[in-house]
Amino acid sequence: MATDPISGGEAIIRCLENEGVEYIFGYSGGAVIPIFDAMVTTNTRIQFVLTRHEQGATHMADGYARATGKPAVVLVTSGPGATNTLTGIMTAHMDSVPMIVLTGQSVTPMIGKDAFQEADIFDITMPVVKHSYLVKESNQLPRILRESFHIATTGRPGPVLIDVPKDVSAGDCTADLHAPMDLPGYRPDTPEYEPADVQEMAEMLSKSRRPLILAGHGAVMSRAEKEIRRLAEKIKAPVTTTLLGKGAFPESHPLSLGMLGMHGTAYANKAVCECDLILNIGSRFDDRILGNPAQFAKQARILHIDIDRAEVYKMIRPDLYCVGDAREVTAELAKHVPELDTGDWIERLAKYRRKYPLRYRKQGGLKMAHIIDELYKMTEGRAVVATDVGQHQMWAAQFYRSDDPHNFLTSGGAGTMGFGLPAAIGAQFGRPDDLTVAIVGDGGFQMTCYELATARLHNLPLKIIVMNNHYLGMVRQWQELFYEDRTSGVDLEGNPDFVKLASAFGVKGFNLRRSGDVRKVLGRMLEWNDGPCLINAEVEKTDNVFPMVPAGKALEDMMIDPPRKGQKLDKPTGST
Amino acid sequence: MKTGGANSREIHALSVYVANKPGVLARVAQVFSRRGFNIESLVVSPAMDGTFSRMTIGVSGESEVLDQLIRKVSKLVDVLHCTDHTYDDTVTKEMALIKLAVGSEDRAEALQISEHFGCKTVDLTENSMILMATGDPEKLDALVGMLSKFRMIELVNTGAVIMSRGEGET
Repeated sequence: MATDPISGGEAIIRCLENEGVEYIFGYSGGAVIPIFDAMVTTNTRIQFVLTRHEQGATHMADGYARATGKPAVVLVTSGPGATNTLTGIMTAHMDSVPMIVLTGQSVTPMIGKDAFQEADIFDITMPVVKHSYLVKESNQLPRILRESFHIATTGRPGPVLIDVPKDVSAGDCTADLHAPMDLPGYRPDTPEYEPADVQEMAEMLSKSRRPLILAGHGAVMSRAEKEIRRLAEKIKAPVTTTLLGKGAFPESHPLSLGMLGMHGTAYANKAVCECDLILNIGSRFDDRILGNPAQFAKQARILHIDIDRAEVYKMIRPDLYCVGDAREVTAELAKHVPELDTGDWIERLAKYRRKYPLRYRKQGGLKMAHIIDELYKMTEGRAVVATDVGQHQMWAAQFYRSDDPHNFLTSGGAGTMGFGLPAAIGAQFGRPDDLTVAIVGDGGFQMTCYELATARLHNLPLKIIVMNNHYLGMVRQWQELFYEDRTSGVDLEGNPDFVKLASAFGVKGFNLRRSGDVRKVLGRMLEWNDGPCLINAEVEKTDNVFPMVPAGKALEDMMIDPPRKGQKLDKPTGST
Repeated sequence: MKTGGANSREIHALSVYVANKPGVLARVAQVFSRRGFNIESLVVSPAMDGTFSRMTIGVSGESEVLDQLIRKVSKLVDVLHCTDHTYDDTVTKEMALIKLAVGSEDRAEALQISEHFGCKTVDLTENSMILMATGDPEKLDALVGMLSKFRMIELVNTGAVIMSRGEGET
């Protein structure tokens, strides 16, 4: 139905309102002026958050989406503005985060002619989006906006890019803002799972004596936490999660084994090695949890539940699989499966838990694990935690146990340094009343620390802990263990004084230098109530994360403790 | 799930039914190129309903990986289906244009071979001729083999198009 013309930019804003958008994270520029103008002319209730860099905007949107479960929106200009979003889009794509990225584009007659600030962002981003559009006419905007939200949030979620030429956003739009979608090839809502498959899974589970549930990000996104808990308690199966699956099962629960994989708990990895059945709910069997795929869970039959058919058989050949929504399939499974007697199995794992607990020394130099452990205790596990990537990320995953599926935000698949601070800012926007803590390394923090300005501008009550070991610690750990201590390119000599840096942005800073001061300084941070604050934690330079499964090795080859001095280890064969 | 035949690197014949929109071919091609699959032949044209296009793709690569790639292609938003017809009962045809350098002394022999294979002569000059051949890929291979005794100036081949026999959908 035709309506009075509005500008393409106004159509975009109205469509975003119709989708319930609260925030747009972004950065202005010439090619998007009509859209920014529409924010004024429409008097929209959507709040625009001006970041300091487009990468920061995408990670903020990502953090917002992960913390709230809602799709997030990014708006940037053409050319370098668009290409600066690439890392954030790839990060969202790898972790299946629903995100709409609107990029400005040169006017349509100039496309392909190397116009000022023109980048072929449609093609540049093609491998890292779920879908993308180059809008040719203003009247296409309402349909494309609707389709984008539908695609980004349904099935396996992911980022959708909409490239909007300036004449399209400036032109007249008369199309119905609720224009029908036209997606004949996209059928994510079709219930593909067969009840008979679930029945068969239940029968296989019923014969298991040493079952293990593995919950991944798919379980988080389908909000399957209650169903997983019901199932685990009914069959008395221990539950391990991937890094992104943290919180899909409460980590304070007696049946929780915490995270598995390269830096997972020893008892989770031993459970994988000794179980007779693995029920994978929404994990894509990432190489960081498999170790050597050929050696993975050799004694176990493998059941795989995934919403994405393309993930089945990709890494592991399951004995039985079910393509469907994690929550629906798990709920159905719980109906059919009988109660199991797994007493011996649980007892065996309890022994491993006692024998190989996660640990660190409180004596000596200041340890990242110590700070995170105390933070967990002082906040009673209730904080939303966002991390960067590296050693601090793994210690955070180990020691900041999560009972909520939306409380641990981290770049798992992409391993994006610089993710932590902007993701925490986005999460804080989405959940203003919740305590939010960014745990970042000195390396990653410096990649996006300019977003302190955004946090300060909005007076967000954000807490930031910079784990400052003056090193790219995880790479140094690998060089130390597998390259005979030949460190190269990892010494972050020249780090700024992070407290002074924070001060320059108007952010309160605290120094933490001694183990004995951990509780005191964390307490000051938690009590600070005048906007964001930051702790510069001068942690031990050469501490290493254990347990560790060297990349490419089997989980059986896990190193629970550091190798003895002089012990030579093979170079890892797996990816990073 | 198909796991491939004895020869895991044989050329597979895929039919891909897609929305007729810009960028779809690039998205499909990217799935194969990223995993090192070589597209041997590719035919794309509007389908019976012009809002859709049909692609017939010949690819070579490991069968087991191909299964996963078909799933990846199938989930692309603009793809309605991607089907491997390698082991199905299909009609498979392609067309070739072959330009030969032949003068009066060997023209008769060239035309004789051409006639045997049911080719049409679509261009003829003093010193050259263009033959148009259609048929199974094997037939065209045999034709090219027979014509190799002449100097072949150019060969243009459409690549295979396939259609399921009977009432089955392609």
